[in-house]
Amino acid sequence: METAQDTLQTEAQAETSKTLFKGTGSQVLLNGLIEEGVTTIFGYPGGAIMPIYDALYDYADKLEHILVRHEQGGIHAAQGFARTSGKVGVCFATSGPGATNLVTGLADAQIDSTPLVVITGQVFAHLLGTDAFQETDVINITTPVTKWNYQVTDANEIQEVLAKAFYIAKSGRPGPVLIDITKNAQIQIEEFPEYIKCNHIRSYRPKPKVRVEYIEQAAELINAAKKPFVLFGQGVILGSAEQEFKAFIDKTGIPSAWTIMGEGAIPTSHPLNVGMLGMHGNYGPNVLTNEADVIIAIGMRFDDRVTGRLDKYAKQAKIVHLDIDPAEIDKNVKADVGIWGDCKETLPLLTNLVNENKHEDWLGVFKDYNQQEIDQVITSELYPEGEEITMGEVLRNINEICDGEAIIVTDVGQHQMVACRYAKFNNTRSNITSGGLGTMGFGLPAAIGAKYGAPDKTVIAIIGDGGFQMTPQELGTIMQFGAEVKILILNNRFLGMVRQWQQLFNDKRYSFVNITSPDFVALAKAYYIEAQMVNERENLRTALETMINHKGSYLLEVMVGRENNVFPMVPQGMSVSEIRLK
Amino acid sequence: MSTEDKIKYTEDTLDLDGKQEYTITVYAENRIGLLNRIAIIFSKRKINIESLNSSASEIDGIHRFNIVIHEGYEVVRKLARQIEKQIEVLKVYFNTNEEIIWQELALYKVSTDEIAEKVTVERLLRQYGASAVVIRKDYTVFAVTGHREETDALVKALEPYELIEFVRSARVAIIKDSAGFHEKLKEFEAEDPGEELVENEFLEKGEKIFTM
Repeated sequence: METAQDTLQTEAQAETSKTLFKGTGSQVLLNGLIEEGVTTIFGYPGGAIMPIYDALYDYADKLEHILVRHEQGGIHAAQGFARTSGKVGVCFATSGPGATNLVTGLADAQIDSTPLVVITGQVFAHLLGTDAFQETDVINITTPVTKWNYQVTDANEIQEVLAKAFYIAKSGRPGPVLIDITKNAQIQIEEFPEYIKCNHIRSYRPKPKVRVEYIEQAAELINAAKKPFVLFGQGVILGSAEQEFKAFIDKTGIPSAWTIMGEGAIPTSHPLNVGMLGMHGNYGPNVLTNEADVIIAIGMRFDDRVTGRLDKYAKQAKIVHLDIDPAEIDKNVKADVGIWGDCKETLPLLTNLVNENKHEDWLGVFKDYNQQEIDQVITSELYPEGEEITMGEVLRNINEICDGEAIIVTDVGQHQMVACRYAKFNNTRSNITSGGLGTMGFGLPAAIGAKYGAPDKTVIAIIGDGGFQMTPQELGTIMQFGAEVKILILNNRFLGMVRQWQQLFNDKRYSFVNITSPDFVALAKAYYIEAQMVNERENLRTALETMINHKGSYLLEVMVGRENNVFPMVPQGMSVSEIRLK
Repeated sequence: MSTEDKIKYTEDTLDLDGKQEYTITVYAENRIGLLNRIAIIFSKRKINIESLNSSASEIDGIHRFNIVIHEGYEVVRKLARQIEKQIEVLKVYFNTNEEIIWQELALYKVSTDEIAEKVTVERLLRQYGASAVVIRKDYTVFAVTGHREETDALVKALEPYELIEFVRSARVAIIKDSAGFHEKLKEFEAEDPGEELVENEFLEKGEKIFTM
């Protein structure tokens, strides 16, 4: 006879069997990824990660795997995905060379605060330390370039570690996390409990409770300021605080300039957007940094490319610094008021306390400088009279065709500075570039990932002839998976930025910057990608339109002036006041 | 005593470069690889670690590192923030020598014959507060705890008398003004820190001890 006691027990058993999953470590890893909302993985298989790939075979309907052509391409693609989608980018690689190929991407993601979860396979736990085939000490190699890393040697650790990894990657100041999983843990069969997301680690404080007294001190400085100036960085984008930021500057009427990582957080056309900071930034923002009386730095870290010579940087100004990472406050520039916190929380508090204002005269000074820059630099760059095509006019044409709606991914060098200077953006998460690390070869794979992260957008990868030759193998990924990327090679037949420095600072001693290129059009066609080359102005517009309107990926090579320089420029070691217009 | 006062107060202990000894105290989870993660924060900046000790703390399961470096205040402050930023690190303090009680342990192996024969050796050991750990026919091991200068002085004094082996431990330090980590840990374990437990002290200029 069935008793009430029995019924209870059966129910309890049913409950347990519902939450338990029996399977391999690999399966429970993939289940965890699905629980975390992952849809796309960029990766490359190999011996030590084979069990995970074997499990992946059965998950094809839930997890899309993009087979890249090199692990560096995989991680840059994951970065591009994270940057356009705002989600955590996920990348797989095998042990040994697979894992070491990730290091550049990890360093790039670390310095540019890109949330990634990277899974590497590792040799069997009992082989660790024996110099086994394809064994490398991935954890120690990647420690300086990850926000967190962990080696899993037992399948029972996988769920907790994966949950922690996602939480760490995306919370606070985001960053890359690497999980190294030994092969035995991948094949180990266990009964696993329900996946629980992580939302607290006792030793980790992603953001503090905001202290109102510092907000009050900041508001006091801002309200008393005659010449306030806002510098904003990627923190505004990473914190999804674009609206809060716009509300703050709209109320205070403070001219605002961006670091290249912050570009696009407010539209290019916003009346208070006064342009770009730093070495190749705009004239006014650089010069006026040393005239402002209060500088409000929001989610930016005073990189040396922004500050120029530090002991001559903004010495006259009171500095208010808002950042989620306390280690950034007072790191390079001493803050008079440091506001540690998430700018999505701190900005509205600050907006409440500041007075409505319009700094028309002060904004007028920016406009005057801008006019000087237009007259001396911009017009000749965007509307050149010489025969050679300039990078600037290519960007002007793109702006006219796309009207600020495209996602622009750049590589590193002159074209990157020109693109960031002149590209028009209406939307956030549209400017994808390697800012802190300056990784040549970033552009093409990042553009692939950017397209997966924002499938409805036009994605244009602007790449130099040098940078393109660092990761051209990813054309194969485009060929196979059809990512609709518009590849625009600006070919000046030089490693242009290094050549510019050699011209300006090394007496034109062009040391190994004269780079030759293959027939890029033929190369693209070898990968069945439509392509053409343009070297005359009259064909430029049509070619760009053809590229952008083409259904599918496309490669356009534009031959640009060989020895054009990017100006303005703050020469290294000089103050931002000493910015050169030519 | 405010931070600014503290800097003035310690000014006379600075060397020509404005550097002095700082003891960094790190409370952290006991996790493989964390020592490396902390160590590379120093090596990345080409800063030499003078002494490093890793031990249990007043709380079960929480590790305590003592790291001694010779640097300027600004450098140490930035290092402390970089260390505290690591996921498994709970809290970092840094203190000048006036703010801590510290000890190092040194062991000296000397020939027993020498000790037996030469009264001066015995006197030396008394003078330096050494204790005999092991006495064998052939050798004796003495231990001294104290500051670097004290343990160093005994090495010098023993040199003429067949000092067979010498070893010294890293510095262990207790912060004078610290109330321990028990209360802090409660705050770290709480998912939502309450008002009075807010963690933003690096901006708190009035703290008695340097802390971020």
